[in-house]
This record gives sequence, C-alpha cells and structure tokens, in this order.
Amino acid sequence: MPQLPRTATWHLPVPDIETAPYWEATASGRLLIKHCDACGRDFFYPRAHCPRCWSSSTSWKEASGDGVVYTFTIVRQNDLPPFKERLPYVVAIVELAEGVRMTTNIEGIAPEDVRCGMKVRVAFREEARDEGSAFLPVFRPA
Amino acid sequence: MIAGVAESRFGEVPDATALQLHQQAAALALTDAGLTPGDVDGLFSCGADMMHPLILGEYLGIRPGYVDGTQVGGSSWEFFVHHAVGAIEAGLCDVALLDYATTSRSDVKRRIRSSNVAIDARGPAQFESAYGHTVIGRHAMAATRHMYEFGTTSEQLAEIAVQTRFNASHNPLAMYRDPITVEDVLSSREICSPLHMLDCCIRSDGGGAVVLVAEDRVPDLPKKPVWILGAGEATSHHTMSEWEDFTESPARRSAERAFRMAGVKPDDIDVLQVYDSFTITVLLTLEALGFCAKGEGGSFVEGGRLRLDGALPTNTDGGGLSSNHPGMRGLFLIIEAARQLRGEATGRQVSGASLAAVNGTGGWFSSTGTLVLGVD
Repeated sequence: MPQLPRTATWHLPVPDIETAPYWEATASGRLLIKHCDACGRDFFYPRAHCPRCWSSSTSWKEASGDGVVYTFTIVRQNDLPPFKERLPYVVAIVELAEGVRMTTNIEGIAPEDVRCGMKVRVAFREEARDEGSAFLPVFRPA
Repeated sequence: MIAGVAESRFGEVPDATALQLHQQAAALALTDAGLTPGDVDGLFSCGADMMHPLILGEYLGIRPGYVDGTQVGGSSWEFFVHHAVGAIEAGLCDVALLDYATTSRSDVKRRIRSSNVAIDARGPAQFESAYGHTVIGRHAMAATRHMYEFGTTSEQLAEIAVQTRFNASHNPLAMYRDPITVEDVLSSREICSPLHMLDCCIRSDGGGAVVLVAEDRVPDLPKKPVWILGAGEATSHHTMSEWEDFTESPARRSAERAFRMAGVKPDDIDVLQVYDSFTITVLLTLEALGFCAKGEGGSFVEGGRLRLDGALPTNTDGGGLSSNHPGMRGLFLIIEAARQLRGEATGRQVSGASLAAVNGTGGWFSSTGTLVLGVD
C-alpha cells in the first residue's frame, strides 16, 4: 500500500498580524502580554481585541517574567519529531504574576521534581529549523 | 426519539474502509428502526475530512435535505441529538441518521496516520504546538491539578479503569475482556504523568449509527422508542491556557440544562454512559454531572460503584477504556444507553433500567453534550 505523505510534523510558530510583536520581543529576551485599555485587564494569548469587553483599544505590555506552575504533565510518549528525541519533558500551564496563563515547558529541573504552585521565571529557548528560528518562552525554577 | 441503533463490525477491522463501516452501521440501524435508506431526510455526521457529510451522503447514495456537520470532537454526537430534536420538532426533517466510522487502529498499523495528532502552529496553536503538547498530556494536566487541589490518587483513577474492564468482561464484543487490577494499571507504562497506559482509552476500528424519528412514527416502530427527555450542550476552550478551571468539566453546564429539561436529578439515573477517553475524564464528568460534589470524585469511584452490579452502573459495555474507541466515541454512548433502556444489553443488562444519562466530552474537556434518555 502506498504511504501517504506525512503531515505529522512539528512547525515553528507562525507569527501573524496579531502576534508578530510578541515573537519579535521574545527574540530580544522580553515576554509580552496584552492589556485592555478599556477594562484594564491583561490577557493572553494575544489578539487584537479584548476577549472580555471586546474593546479594540488594546496594547502590548511587558510581563515581569515571574509565575507559578498551575498544572503540568511529564510527557513520556510522543512519536512526532523532534519531541521523540526529547522525552521525557514537562509541558505546563504557568500563571504569570499578572494573572494570565500560558502553555510552556519547564526546564532546568528534573521532571519528577516539578510541582504545582512552584515559583518559576521565564527564559528563552531558541528553536532553529531549516525554515528559520524562533525564541520560545520557557520557564525555570525561580 | 431514538428508533434505531447499531454498531458496524468493530475492534480490529483491517479489511474494510471507514466508509464501508459507515454504511454497515447505517444499514443495521435503519433495519433496527424498521426504515429504509430512502426514508432518511436528515444526515448528521462528522469526521476528520472537509465536507464530511457530503462525502458520506454521496457514498451512501442519499441526498438528504437537512444536514449537520458540527465538529466539536467526541461530543459531536450528543450535540447532533440536541440539534436533531430541534429539527424534528420544527418539522425540518423526519428521519435523522447519525453515522460515524473510522479505521483509526488499522490506519496506524498501515502507517498512514500517527498515533499523535499533529496540530498546526498557526493561529492560537502557535502558542502551544512548539511545546510538544499531546492529547494525552492535555488530559493529564487536569489529573495533576485535581490531585493537587483535592488529594485524588492514581489508585482512585485506576479504579475507574478496573471497573470499566469488569463491565467489558460481560460484553462478548468488547476488545479487552480480561479483568485487571489497580496494581496492573499503576504498573503499566506511564504515558503522560500521572496517566498510565491503562488510564487511556484503546484505539479501535469501527462505526456506529443512530436513527432519530418524529413522534408520529411511533406506531410503525418495531421496537419500543427511547425518548430524549433532556439535552444540553456546552463549549469551553480549545487552547489549554484558556481553560479557567482544570478541575471542572464544562459538563456542569450541559448537564444542568439536560437535567432541567428532563425534570430529573442525578439520583434518579439508573445507568450512565460517559466519554472515557481517560480515567480523569470520567472522574471530572461524574463531579460535573452532580453525581458527587466537586473534588469528591476520587472517593466516589471507590468500592465498585461504577460496576454493572454497583450503585451507578457506568459505561456498561466496557467503554472506550476496554470495549471500542474508533476516535470520536460519543455515538457509542448513545447506542449503549438505548440498548440498556430497551433491555437488549445481553450479558450486561442492568435490570429495570428505565432512565439513562449520557455525557460526551469533546477535544480536551473543550465541549460536552449531555442527554437524558428514558423508556415508557
């Protein structure tokens, strides 16, 4: 039987009109979140409008980079490249000091030692591929 | 009401296409309802492909005038019932066919699909994909948080897999029927902490179909009708960081609507079918449906409560953990509930079952559809 082309591959994040400033900032070691100028709330992931009040008056704001682990899992099985070679690794939801949450990896600690409520601080990991590179915000024990 | 239900061949089916299994299930369900393909004027289906209802209608050789292709993951089938009830009541269609099948197990063996779902890195996914998240990992994060907040244990989650396997051992068609123990679950390979292999649903081939008809057809039905007494749907996040509370399934909202519409309480339910993609899915669903308080799911499932002979027989066919799981399994919950209410669940019949609840969960706790079904 002919093998279908494998679409199961991993892509670098694809910045778009709404998110380009975010990825430009991570490349210079800064973590940006969005702020609603109308209702005053911070939010993530970034979009042009505020998902709470639908105001389009929103602006970028640099996050402190401090957060706590809300929840996590130690991934021990993933057959997609390049993750297969990285097993085991930790995927987590980190709650930033500003109150917004993001999906990320926890690094710089044995996976078994990660705990909910643990204080962490942002770091940036460069991912280079043939098509380019991106700097991913990841978190390490504070 | 539900007039016909059927599964196609399921388990390991290397010698049939997914469309073949769709047709097989549909033919059996229509026969079960005493109807023919020409009677179908509403088609409700979804799959991984674009325009699935069109591909399916064409393959089946029908041209329905009412179509719904809602795709919200494994709960799509409970959403379809909710929608079909409205369409039938409004006179927009008369005979609604819900039809699903995949050959996902054989496709992995043929190496034409991966066992991990690749998610694009465009749009909101650009904030997740590069971190190597997996479907199992998304569910596992709910279990981690539930353990952290409420002290739930891996042993308690394992109880769900063990009791579901007990139920499967009474279903001759279930893929896995040999009894397992809590120790078996805990010593199985950890896939994404804290979930072990036996906390995860199986992967099977197979299809199913459900036929819903208008009330005025009741006198013509060969079998007693299964009434849809209540239905509700709820939506939540798609991106994990948007889920506000990892210990609460959106089923709290869909169940509230369904139970209110039916005018019944969880205590009234004789038999329960809930999506068991993972043991944690069942635990969060039991809490959200109101069978126990939030945070108490761990102790609630102890003591064999979910077994066929327990206080709340749940996933009586062996569920997705042991019987079959060809992907978006919500349709099979409805089939098993109908069988139990008709008294047709050979070898695993819950005696006197007259009221059933069904809860489908789609995505990663992203959507839920709840149904309350009953017989006269």
